[in-house]
Parts: sequence; structure tokens; C-alpha cells
Amino acid sequence: MNMIVTPASPATPNGTTRPQVRIVIVGHVDHGKSTLVGRLLHETGSLPDGKLEMLKAVSARRGMPFEWSFLLDALQTERDQGITIDTTQIRFRTNSRDIVLIDAPGHAEFLRNMITGASQADGAVLIIDALEGVRDQTRRHGYLLHLLGVKQVAIVVNKMDRVDFSAERFKEISDEISAHLNGLGVKPTAVIPISARDGDGVAMRTDRISWYKGPTVVEALDALEPARPLEALALRLPVQAIYKFDDRRIVAGRIESGSLIAGDEIVIMPAGKIAKIKTVESWPATPVAGRQGAGRSVGITLDRELFIERGDIVAHAGSAPRETRRLRARIFWLHDKPLAKGDQLLVRCGPKESRATVVAIEKAVDPGELSSTENKAIGRNHVGEIDISLSNPIATDPYTENPRTGRLVIEVSGRIAGGGLVLSVDAGQRAVPVDIVPVESALRPDERSARYQHNGAVVWLTGLPASGKSTLAKALERRLFTNGGSPILLDGDTLRAGLNSDLGFSTADRSENIRRLAEVATHLARNGHIAIVAAVSPAREDRATARRIADTAFREIHVATPAEVCEDRDPKGHYKKARAGALASFTGIGNDYEAPQAAELVIDTSTRTVAEAADEIEQMLKNTGVLFDEVVDLAANI
Amino acid sequence: MDHLDQLEAQSIYIFREAFARLKKIALLWSLGKDSNVMIWLARKAFFGRVPFPALHVDTGKKFPEMYRFRDHYGKEWDLDLRVEPCPPIDAVDPTLPPAARSAARKTEGLKMALGKFGFDGLIAGIRRDEEATRAKERVFSPRGLEGNWDVRDQPPEFWDHFNASPPQGAHLRIHPILHWTEADIWAYTKRENIPIIPLYLAKDGKRYRSLGDQDITNPVASTASNIDEILIELEQTKVPERAGRALDHETEDAFERLRVAGYL
Repeated sequence: MNMIVTPASPATPNGTTRPQVRIVIVGHVDHGKSTLVGRLLHETGSLPDGKLEMLKAVSARRGMPFEWSFLLDALQTERDQGITIDTTQIRFRTNSRDIVLIDAPGHAEFLRNMITGASQADGAVLIIDALEGVRDQTRRHGYLLHLLGVKQVAIVVNKMDRVDFSAERFKEISDEISAHLNGLGVKPTAVIPISARDGDGVAMRTDRISWYKGPTVVEALDALEPARPLEALALRLPVQAIYKFDDRRIVAGRIESGSLIAGDEIVIMPAGKIAKIKTVESWPATPVAGRQGAGRSVGITLDRELFIERGDIVAHAGSAPRETRRLRARIFWLHDKPLAKGDQLLVRCGPKESRATVVAIEKAVDPGELSSTENKAIGRNHVGEIDISLSNPIATDPYTENPRTGRLVIEVSGRIAGGGLVLSVDAGQRAVPVDIVPVESALRPDERSARYQHNGAVVWLTGLPASGKSTLAKALERRLFTNGGSPILLDGDTLRAGLNSDLGFSTADRSENIRRLAEVATHLARNGHIAIVAAVSPAREDRATARRIADTAFREIHVATPAEVCEDRDPKGHYKKARAGALASFTGIGNDYEAPQAAELVIDTSTRTVAEAADEIEQMLKNTGVLFDEVVDLAANI
Repeated sequence: MDHLDQLEAQSIYIFREAFARLKKIALLWSLGKDSNVMIWLARKAFFGRVPFPALHVDTGKKFPEMYRFRDHYGKEWDLDLRVEPCPPIDAVDPTLPPAARSAARKTEGLKMALGKFGFDGLIAGIRRDEEATRAKERVFSPRGLEGNWDVRDQPPEFWDHFNASPPQGAHLRIHPILHWTEADIWAYTKRENIPIIPLYLAKDGKRYRSLGDQDITNPVASTASNIDEILIELEQTKVPERAGRALDHETEDAFERLRVAGYL
């Protein structure tokens, strides 16, 4: 027989009459979370017909005493070991609410699952065994509720039958946990004495707890409020993607706070570009009129073409988030390896991601311990405050100003390893003027362009290995130099020997390789040179980063020689090695090259000579304002 | 925003994350009420089109009404439809009870399709309220190299940040309607006027609450002949949605075993 607990009372279809509240049950292992949930289902008449009898029969067959937790522990291993491993969700109704109960595991081993469950909750019930009192997981869960932003917490003191329903014992525990939570800025909405097994205090105040005058568990659940969308705060629309499925260029994302309407003046952060919302697109009917508020997934079009990328934030001018490369965060850590100063991470704020370095660990404690011993590194299941430096600027808010955008997660090797709240975004800004003072050039840009007869530019050649990038780059370099210009060749492989010798070929390292190439090239371009970059640069996102760094100086050339031709040429023997399996992560075999969609120029070197290709590049550079026309004319006249 | 608006916005967010963060995804279209809502939500997310294939892993044993529905709406909705067959029953684990074994065929068909196309993400229309092990699912749920689900080592997932880096050769299951209920699906189907297969509506005192293979799906007693009546019926029933699915009831852990092996 399968143990299915179904929602006997499904959610209200129209959602207008009864609010839905999501409540997580947390606390130390064996303090009775699953038992309370089982009892609540029974007391509210939410169990399917015959379920109770069936469970009793199964328990008898297995030679185990009947446990309410059998209702929830769906996995065979959970039932066998009598332990909840992963969060489960179950629905029932009270008089005034549709409730989604999230049963989270109490075992320290499964803290990541507790966090997964609790992060979805509007409110929490923290359960404590009357006999055992406040334990380390009680404190840890209490702290995590605070970090996860769950503000409504009801305390339940369970197993009162084990302490003879002693009012004195109840008060002792109540005082201890209230003091602990108050210290975190969390005020319990109720503290309730119960016996989940027998039912006292769950739906009824029985004689055995006649000294207690507060609400029952069911009444306390009825008092919890669903989280409200943050419409009153400033507009934050983090960009998930730009879609160009037809002639519309739609900026898509979910409004995390505030609201927007067609005609609004907006600013795209962190770049700070200004635009106006032209339309709000939708389907099947489009465009939509009217104001769109927090919580909506929307798509907007703008009145001008701007370079926008995933992770940017659309805000209203005047109330934009701060741009920063440095922030302080209060985090919880779930990875086996403790987080230490100098660690390299991937940080995500909404859809934005950035490589990051831990600059300082300001605090590292085990929230389960009473005495908070300070550590140098943040251990698994511990919490702390850290300063992080980001390799890309991001736009964010402190969580006190915006609880939705003011939080981040940390990834290690592609898996979420921690998360936390942004405390401040200016942690590093004070240090910058003292530590780093950029020295400006003695020359003005126009002095250089007068001499070279061109403006500074980053000419970015992307394409498969052996597509002819380096050959073209060298031809272009020679030609520009002959004409009196100042070209500088930046070859991907050459830079890997020095500047980028610390980087491998993982996705993250490839991104960093491209970022450094782009930074160096942009520096040269700002000083009037034409930086010619020849790099496979297979990831579209990485090239988008390069374009963002170089901004208006960027000229992308897709060397689109057919793959078969490239493999046939194979001057470095890479294709051969890769085919033989000796070269891992080689771009060219397989589909990992993401061709540009809007390059300034596309060249197929299999159908034209090097000189012809160089002509085309020169022409493009003229057309786009990099080369001054006169220089060629002058050369012809001499 | 009402309840359905909230569900819709969340699902759209998930669809867009999957499309942005994975390289090659497909939507599993089982032709049932849930996956039709999913297709509708995908069209909302991407402004009218579904920018990835709709994969139907065909056991060859669906109801004729279902095949007609697929052929008609696959065209009308302009889907990139891929129909992939399942292997013969002999190729499936013989220790499973009969109905579960029949369902496990679909898992094998799914594995074959994965191998053929190299998808790194499969969008599936499972819901937490359907079944107890599904209630423990993540929105982005990693699968092992063999397509298996390691329920004891699920990654943390919070604040709509999803683990989207499957190991080389493995894939992710993406569950955009995990947070919906059966009643939500019907209320939304009605509000958006999404077409359904008529087998869901009562005929001669019976209707299907859940549609699977013909030989292992049974109708339930019902007089609900339109969606409004279905919603009223769901308000009152204490019978589980998958009561008509034989495979759920064969042994205590049949469904869990199926899911661990890669079933939806």
C-alpha cells in the first residue's frame, strides 16, 4: 500500500476568499515536528477516508507502535529509520486559512533541506521538547529563520505529558527561547504548551493545561499572515533575459518590488543607462495597459536600443540600486569545506552572477552554541559576516531597504553552498580612494588620434580554432601599422602564457580569461590604440561581458569559417588530439561554440583571400568611425 | 494579484530561468491537463511561442482521444513536437510489479530520448500535492548519469535560486508547476480557456482524474461534466487524485522505486 497523503481539502480555486499561508515546522530532531503535523491533519479533518486505519494496520504489520510521523515520511528510508530526511509539503484548512505545511528535518545532517523548506514559508512553528528543552538545533533553526527573513514565529512546547503538564517547566523554556529570539530581533507570536501525541493544545485547550490562557496551535496558525508583495518599495526588475523572437526586443523578468507602467523613465543598472518603457508585452493579448506590480513576471520594450544583459536591474531614475564591486553580507554556510579569507566563489544576486573573492571574515560562529566562540573560517552549518569583492560590478540594495534584492547565494563548483543577506554595499568604497589612485595619462585622446588617424578600438575576432583569426589579426595589424596607425595584437594563447597562466579551461576560468583580455584591450583602446583580440571566446555571455567593458569601442568580427574547413586546416594539431580524446574541453568538436548574433562583421575565410578579408575589416572600421577616411586618401596620393 | 496570478508568475519565472541557464532543454508533453497548462505557461513566458521541443515519450498505449489531441494541438500551437517510442516490455526490470513495470517502460523510453538528443534539462509537469515523494522534489532537480534521482542528497534550493549545473552527461528535471494543486490546474484551465481531453469529463457516471496508459489507468465515479463541477467535486472529495493509477498501489514503495530510477 502506498502512503499517499492527499490534500483532502484542496486549495481555494479562485484564491479570493481564503488567504493561503505557508508555514514551516522546525526544531531539534525528535522534538515532534512530524507528529504535530500528523496530529494537525487529524484534528482539522484533513486525512483521507480510511487513512488512519490504514496507517495503524501498516504499523502493526511492521511491528512498530503507531506514529503520526508515518503520515509524512514518504521515503522508504525515512520510515525505516524513523527520521525525516527531506522537506515535505502538505495542505490542509483551518477555519480561515488554506495552509501549506512544510515539514522540515531536524537532524543537523539535513540542514540544507530545512533551509530549502523554511525559505518558502510565510511563518514558522518552532517546536521544543518539554523534557529536553532548548537544544542546539533549536537555536540554529531560530537563527536561520531570522536569516531567511521569516519574521512570524510561533513557539510550541511539545511533550508536556512527559513533564506532567508543569506550568513551571513551560515558563522556564518559554523564557529561555524568547530571550534567544529577542536577541535576534524575532518576537514570537505565541508560546503554546502541547502534547502532539494526545492532542492537548493542538486544537483544544484541555483540562491538563487549564493554566494556559493563550491560543491553540490551530488558532496561532490562523493568526499568521501571508507574505505580501513589496509594491510600496522602489521598482526593482532584475532582467532574466532579452528575447528577440520576432521584431520586438523584449526585456523579460519578474518585478521583485515596486511597480511600472508604459511611459516610465527608467535606468538600467549597473551601467546607469537611461530609457523609457515603450510597451509592456504579454500573451495572448498584447500590449497590456495598466500598472504592473511586484510579483508579476513581465516583458517590456524600450524606446531605444540599449545594450542590456541578464542580471541588470531596471529601476526608476532617482531610486536606483547602488552599483558596487564590494559588499558585506551575513551568511549561512552549508559546504563541507569551511569558508575562509581568500576563497574564490560565484555569487548570485537574483539573475546576476559574478565571480568573487572573500576579502575578510568579520565574524564566524556556530549559531547552535550558547557561547559564541569566534572562528577564523565559517564552518559547515555555521554563520558569519564576510566582505566580498566582485569581479563584475553589480547593482544591489542592503536587505534592510529591500528584502528581495538584498540577498545573495554563493555557489561552489556549480552547487549552492550558502546564502545570506546584504548588510551594506559600501564596505569597500571607503577603502578605494586610499588604496587605489588611478593615474591619468598626460596625453589627451585627440592628440593620439591626430597622430594615428584613428580612434581607439577593440577589434574582437571570435571563431572556431583554426578559422583564421590569428592570420587575419596579423594581416590587419600590418596594414594598420603601414598606414601610420597603432595596432596592438592580443592573442588569447599568447596571454595564457603569462597574464592568464593561472587560468585553466573550466567555464569560470574561460570567462575570467575573456574578462582580462577585454580589460587590457579596453585600456589600450582608451589610450588611442587599436587592440586586435584573437580569441575563440565561444561563450556568448563572455563576449557580452567584453562588449560591456569596452562599450562603444567594441567591434566584433565573427570569423565564420565552416567547421569542416577548420578541422581540415588544424595547424596546431588540436582537432586531431581532441578527436583522439587527448584534449579535454576543446572548442570545435561538439556544439559548444555559440556564434554571435549581431557581430559588426562576419567573414568566411574559406571563400576569400586574407587581403580581401582585411579589406572588409578596414571598410567596417571606416564605416563605424574607427578609421578616418583621409588616411587612405593621403596614402594613395603620396 | 490573485492566487492564480501568483502561481502563473512563479511558473513563468522558472521557465525563463531554465531557458537562460541550460543549453538544450525540452518539455515533456504527456498530453494530460498538467502538461497542457505547462505549455500554456511556456507560451506566456516566451510571448506566444515555445522555444524548445515538446517531447512525447509514447508508450503506444494512450487513449485514442489523447493521440488526436496531440496531433491537433501540436500543429495549432506550432510546437516542435518530437514523438519518441518506448522499448518493448521485456527490456524493463522484471522484479517490478506489473503496472509499475509498465510505467517503467516510459522511463526507459525517456532515457533513450535523452541519449538521442542530449538534452541537459527536461521540463516536467509534476506537482507536490499529487504524491508523497513528489512533495519532496526540488524545482530544479538533478539526475545522475543514469537518469536516477538521489533523494538523500538533494541540493539546497532557496529564494528562487536554482542549481542549474548538471554534471557532464547528466541532466536536470525542471518542475515549473510543482507548487500548483489539482484544483489550481482546473481553475487556471477554465480561466485561460485551455483545451482539454474530454476523458476528464464525466460520461455514464465516470471520469478520469488522471490520464496515463489505457491499461493501467481507471476512471473514478463522478458526475462532473464540466470544469466548474470538477472544482466542486474536488472541494468535497477525500479520494486521492492518483487513485485510478494502478502503479501507485501495488506495493508500499513501488512509486518511490520508480522515481529513484528516473520516472517522473
